[in-house]
Parts: sequence; C-alpha cells; structure tokens
Amino acid sequence: MSLPVWIAVGVLGGIGALGRFFVDGIVAARAGRDFPLGTLVVNVSGATLLGLLVGLGFTGNRLLLAGTATLGSYTTFSTWMLETQRLVEDGELALAGANVLVSLVVGVGAAALGRYVGARV
Amino acid sequence: MPGRDRRELAAIFAGGVVGALLRVALAQTHAGVAPGWPWVTFAENILGTFLLGYFATRLQERLPLSAYRRPLLGTGFCGAFTTFSTMQVELLTMLDAHRYGLAIAYAASSVIVGYGSVHLATLYVRRVRTIA
Repeated sequence: MSLPVWIAVGVLGGIGALGRFFVDGIVAARAGRDFPLGTLVVNVSGATLLGLLVGLGFTGNRLLLAGTATLGSYTTFSTWMLETQRLVEDGELALAGANVLVSLVVGVGAAALGRYVGARV
Repeated sequence: MPGRDRRELAAIFAGGVVGALLRVALAQTHAGVAPGWPWVTFAENILGTFLLGYFATRLQERLPLSAYRRPLLGTGFCGAFTTFSTMQVELLTMLDAHRYGLAIAYAASSVIVGYGSVHLATLYVRRVRTIA
C-alpha cells in the first residue's frame, strides 16, 4: 500500500468517526438515551452502505477507502457492546437482549438489502 | 462553547485516524490467516471492546472529568478500531455459502466474548478502586 493510500485511510477513518458522533447525537437528541438507538442507526446505515458498495462491485483500493476505512470507522462494535453491558447493569435485560438481536438481524438484512440494490443500479 | 466543541471534534477525529490505521494495518498484514473464520475482525472487535470498557469505566468513575479523553480514546479510537459493518458483510458471505452454523458461531461468539470483555474490564477498574 502506497503512502497516499495510507494517508487517505487515516483521514477517512477520522471522518467516519466524526460521522458516527454526529448521527448518534442527532438520533439521541430526538429519541433519548433510554435505548441506544443512535448506535443502532449508525451501525445499520453503515452496514447498508457497505453492502451497497459490494453490490456496486467495489474492490481493491476503492473498497478499502470507502468501505473498510470510512464505513469501518463509522460503524462500531465496541460501543454496541458497552451500551448492551450497561443496559444489563441497569437491570434492563429485555432492552439489552433486543439491542443485540435487533442489531444482528437488521444489520445482516440491511447489508443484504444494500448489496441487492447495488447490484441492480 | 464553540472552542471546546472544536477540540472535542479534533479529539474524535485524531482517535478515528489512529483506530482506522491500526485496523487496516492488521487486516493488510494478516489477510487470509485462517480462511473461513474472520480472525482479524474478531480479534480487533474483542480487543477494542475490552479497551472501551476499561476507558469508559475509568474515565467515568475514577479519573477527574476530562473533556478530551473520552472523545479521543472512546468515541475516536475504540469506535473506529472496532467495526460493525465489516462483521455484517462477513456474516452475509457465510450465509451466501450456506454456512449457517459458522455464521451463528461467529455472531454468537463475537457478542458473548465482546460482552464478557466489557464486563471484565469494568470489574477490573472497579476492583482496583476498592483496593486503592
């Protein structure tokens, strides 16, 4: 990998993290913080877009930069797990279980939908 | 406080730069280590989740309130080092290949070990506090 590509990976990774911060903030401002809907919206939208890129036939550096670097940073596994564990600590077992299952089912479904749409445009 | 906000955003960006570079570097150097099981994503997600559990608990319950550590280390670094979208596409690829058992094992072990690593990191930070 060339230096310009590495620089682009870093910059796009930073932009992805900022995008997550803004989307999470906007969703939480509307929906509150009882359920971590902001992270769910971030992760599902990111999975949809990554599926879309795959469907559009992105490979190599294009997939690396738009997908792995940008969307990889935009979506997050660690916050999803932290928020789930904090829900359990607060005794919100049903919400914690829902956060895990909904994220996984809707996440895979969203990736599949994105890929389907990408392959047909 | 626009000045404070700008520095918070700079901290998130900087953490995101480092997290993404490290995640991509690990993926590039360990591509195809074990075909079938996405070890790189799995290891990155578990390590990043342990670190987030550690940072979040320590910054919230132990250290004096800082405006930049959580955005830098938590939102920026751990958020960008771990990834959800890649995991979903990996699961989708397993389902395409009709490897349903593998997909369930990958999803379940990521969640169980990820959840456990937050739990352990949290306990560790709190145990240190009780002793100190």
